Formats: sequence, C-alpha cells, structure tokens
Amino acid sequence: MVSEVRDVGPGPFGSGQQAAPIAVGEQAAMPSGEEAVDRGEALRVEGVSKSFGLVQALVGVSLSVHHGEVVALVGDNGAGKSTLIKVISGVIAPDEGALYVNGERVVVRSTNDAAACGIRTIYQDLALADNLDVVENLFLGRELFRGVGPLRRVDFGAMRQRTAAVLSELGIGTIPDSRALVAQLSGGQRQTVAVARATLDNCPILLFDEPTASLGLKEAHNVIELVRRLRAQGTAILIITHNMRQVFEVADRIVVLHLGKVGAVFRTSSTTHEAVVKAIMGKAS
Amino acid sequence: MPAVASLLIIAIFFQSRSEYFLTPGNLSNLAVQATLVAIIALGEIFVLLLGDIDLSLGSLSGMTCAILGVLITNGHVPWLLAILVMLVCGTALGAFQGWWIAWLGIPAFVVTLAGNMGFLGLQLYILGPDGTLSIFDPNVAALTNTQVPPSVGWILAAIVTVAVVATTLVRYARGEVAVRSFGLPIAVTVLVVGAVAIFNAYRGIPMPFLILIGLLVVTWWITMHTSPGRHLFAVGGNAEAARRAGVQVKRIRLAAFAVSGFFAAVGGLFAASYNGSAGTLTGGGTLLLEAIGAAVIGGTSLFGGRGTVWSALVGALIMAGVANGLNLMNSDQPVKYMVQGVIVLLAVSLDTILRRRQSRGRQLGAAVA
Repeated sequence: MVSEVRDVGPGPFGSGQQAAPIAVGEQAAMPSGEEAVDRGEALRVEGVSKSFGLVQALVGVSLSVHHGEVVALVGDNGAGKSTLIKVISGVIAPDEGALYVNGERVVVRSTNDAAACGIRTIYQDLALADNLDVVENLFLGRELFRGVGPLRRVDFGAMRQRTAAVLSELGIGTIPDSRALVAQLSGGQRQTVAVARATLDNCPILLFDEPTASLGLKEAHNVIELVRRLRAQGTAILIITHNMRQVFEVADRIVVLHLGKVGAVFRTSSTTHEAVVKAIMGKAS
Repeated sequence: MPAVASLLIIAIFFQSRSEYFLTPGNLSNLAVQATLVAIIALGEIFVLLLGDIDLSLGSLSGMTCAILGVLITNGHVPWLLAILVMLVCGTALGAFQGWWIAWLGIPAFVVTLAGNMGFLGLQLYILGPDGTLSIFDPNVAALTNTQVPPSVGWILAAIVTVAVVATTLVRYARGEVAVRSFGLPIAVTVLVVGAVAIFNAYRGIPMPFLILIGLLVVTWWITMHTSPGRHLFAVGGNAEAARRAGVQVKRIRLAAFAVSGFFAAVGGLFAASYNGSAGTLTGGGTLLLEAIGAAVIGGTSLFGGRGTVWSALVGALIMAGVANGLNLMNSDQPVKYMVQGVIVLLAVSLDTILRRRQSRGRQLGAAVA
C-alpha cells in the first residue's frame, strides 16, 4: 500500500478554486461529479506491482472505482497507465497485488477471466476485425446460437436484433447499417462499435485506453457523451487519456500515475488543470 | 465475380478455337480433371483464411495415397478401413504441423516447407524400391470412375432447388432477407439444372464432382454458419482482436491445419482412385501450386480473412479449363505452362484492381456518411 500523502496546491491559472488532493492510496472516496450516483465500490486495485526485467512499471499501485463513477488515469508516457489497464483486464499478470470486484477478491489470468468478473476493455487500437461486419464484431467470441446437434448454428438474426437494441440503449445513431463491414466505418463509428461491444452484456466495469486518441473533435465529443451515458446507467469507468480537457469534462476523480506509483488523487470538481499537470510532472507544491 | 467472368471468357475463347470445348463430354471430363486440384485447394483455403499458407499439401496427399496403397495391396486391409486410416493420418499430420505453428509460433511457411520435404521422404520410404503400387480395388476405383444415373441426377437437382428456394422463402417470411435475395435461389437453380442437363447429356454427373460438391456444401456450412468457422475469418482478419475477444486462436489455427491435412488425404484418395495406383509422382509436380493458384483466382485472399470455399471450385475450373482448352488446341507443354502463368497473373490482377476500387468506393461512402 502507498502511504504517502501528497498535497497539490492550486496552479497559477486556477480560477481561485482550491485544489483538493485526496490521500494517495485512499479507497473510499465518493464520486463527486454532478451526474455521478454512488452505488458502492465496483473495482479496487490494491498494491499492484509489475516489473519487466529491471524496469519497474508499477510499484504498489492502489485505486478504486465506484459504480456510476468515471475515474481518469493520467500520467506521462511510461508512467504505467497502460500496464495497469493490462493487469486489470487480464492481458498481463501482476507480480504482486490484488484485484477486488464488488468487494470480493478475484484472480484474473486472461481477458475471459476479466469478462467473467464483469470487466471489459476498450483498447486504443480498438481491436476490431475489419473483415467482419458490425454484428459479428460485437458478438465475436460470444455468439448466439440456434438449433441443436450438427444443425447448431450462429443465430445472425438474433444477433442483429440484439445489436440494434444495444445501439439504441446507448443512444448511438451513427452506424447506418449493422451489416456494414467494420473496414467501411469511420474512426468514430469504429470506436462506437468497440464501446458497444464492451457494453453488450451490461458489463459493470469498463476500462477505456485512450478512447479518443485517433478521433476528430466531433467524434471525440460523441465518445465522451457515450461515456457520460454509461456512467448515468451505473457503469464504473476507468479511462486513460492524455486530453486534460476531456478529463475535466467527464471524470469524477483523477488518479495521477508517476513513474509507476500513484502520485496524487484529485476530485475533479475541486481541483485545477495546473494542479493535475504538476502532479503528472512529479512536482509537489 | 471477376473469377466467374474469367471462367466465361475462357469458355468463349476456347469454344471459338475448338468446337469440341463446350460439348457435354468435354465438360464432364473437365469437371473430373478439376476435382483433384479443387480438393487440395479446399484444404488450402482453410489455411489461407488465417493468413497462413500450407506448402505440404501436395506431398501429404502423395504420402497418404502411398499409405492407402500399402494397406490395400500389401496388407489386404478392407478398403473402407484403409480409407479411414489414410484420412486419420492426413488429419493428424496436418494437426501436428498446426501445433508447431500455433503453439511454438514458427511461421507456417517454414513448418509446411519442412513438412513438404519430410512427407515426400515418407512417401518414397513407404513405396519402397519399386516406387509404384497398383491399387486393384473396385470400390476405390468407383469413387472417380463412375457416374450418377441421369434420373438420380434430376432428383438431386430437384432436392437442391426446393431446399434453396424454401430456405429463402422462410427467411423472407421471418424478415431476415430482402426481396433482392431471391436472386440467389434463382441463380442456384439455373446453375444446378444447367449442370445436371449437361452431365446427363453425356453419362450423368461424374461421381468425384458430386463428392466435391458435397464437401463444398459441408465446408460452406461450417465456415459461414458455425462459431469455429466464423472465428477462422476473425483470426485471419485480426488475430490479436480475436484473442482479446476470447477466441481460442491457437486451437482455431491447429484445427485449420488439421482440416487442411484431411483434404490432402482426400486428394490422395482421389488420386489413387483415378490412377489406380500410388506412385512416387503422386501429389507432386505442379499440383500444389495449381491448388494455391485456384484458391486465389477463385477470390480467396493470400493475406487472410477474406474468401469462400466455393473459390476452390471456380478457381480449379479455370485452371482445368485452360489446360483442357490448350490440349484441344494441341499446344505443347511449355506453352501450356506459360499461358497458365499469364492467366493466373491476369485473373489475380483483375481481382486486386476491382477490390481496390471497391474499397475506395466504400471509404468515400463512409466519408460522405
């Protein structure tokens, strides 16, 4: 457990608002965004460490995300953000530490384990199969079937109906035809497919790895709106982004990683851009 | 579509050079000639869909053919058991290669190149110093040397037509397909009735061609309607995305090579039946390259994730059509190879250009949307 408490004061461009640092390593902070509705702790990461040879990517990292809360994970390149996401999503195994979902300790050794625990990840590269259509990408690895014995087959009709329902629930109207190949879609539409896939089975915990990195302004805005809608539905969201404007638009709390450690934790409503940037750079005030 | 157009152009060209080309007798022979290449191409397509390649299918088919010969001729094993053993051997050796590729991460090109040499060595070892084993078994011979009686041919055509039309009607009633989808049953009906009429005008549907169609229907069902089949396309399109989505990528890869090995053995069986023997040249020569060429000409991508099992049939018919047409024109072997090479290049280039245009059109459409 990290026991250091870092106090990050307001920056020179703050609007007189006091930055409100939280004890680093805290676990019980309530989401404070206007739209956030606290429904209990969804995900807790406790004392996670991971090294690659001599490089310590994560050192005793602890954080928590509540249902109906968006937590932004920020930090400089090499701070350990993507490594942490990979540990939580089961892509790599941690050297030390534990994960808790809804208060219960879980062991996640693969992406399938993570999905079984209710954790799904939307990757920066989207991880879609361009040669398949929207419906098949949404249901890849969890297809619906009909028939029995040798006549058991993929039920494309049911999958199309479920796709339409999911897109409608998320308020997505940007995909004209669910039978379109993903290769034919724009960057924003592809991002939407990736998000819809993650929410297909009403997953309670979503991890976003740079969801707007390759998108235009309008498309990025649509994705942020989507994140807001998911939060309103009670989803716990951990999001990595370099875009500080988006962090302040959508996050309830901000966890700053610096050199593999949790450098600071802020409530978005009571901190400033400058304070967060200072923490990212490892400068304590 | 470009492949089908190529087939039509080839038919028109060779008919203009030899009036015998489009006769029922010649078309029946052509269908039989295309079968062996189509069977090997069918196995290759499972691997090509992954974005891999299998260079061992020719020698594996030759080796399994040698196993069949030894079992039937030297061992006096019942023909059905001998066929079962050769099919199991082909499948197991395909899976063995798939294990090296999927679990150890060795490129398919290297593993199957090694397999190509190793299986050829085994084939020569099994055949022994004589080099050739005659296979005198009427049941094995009947696989490729008989025809379906005309009346049975028409019954089969009726069953296929009714099944396709009824399926489309049911799907239309459920709202799963639009009115324009009725083009498919109409096209299938025309093709099936036309083909049966041509074959019946000679001696009836050639048995090997009917078996090939049966295998194509089964593999089409597997690749288009089952979860492992769809995962084959997903792995070929983006293996990492498939892995993250929970697809068992290694198992899919191993299964594809096992299926590929199975069809190599089926090819060996057909070769044994057609030639009445197992020899050192069985599965050799240009068989493998023709099969890969047929798969690609038919529309299966060398880069994975795109294609259909039917491309084995269309591509093999193109290859056999060219060879057959050149034979009718009394062309020499060097000329045949050169013409075949040019046609392969043209067909693939045409396909690539059309696909690129299609892709640009889609991107423009997406941008406008």
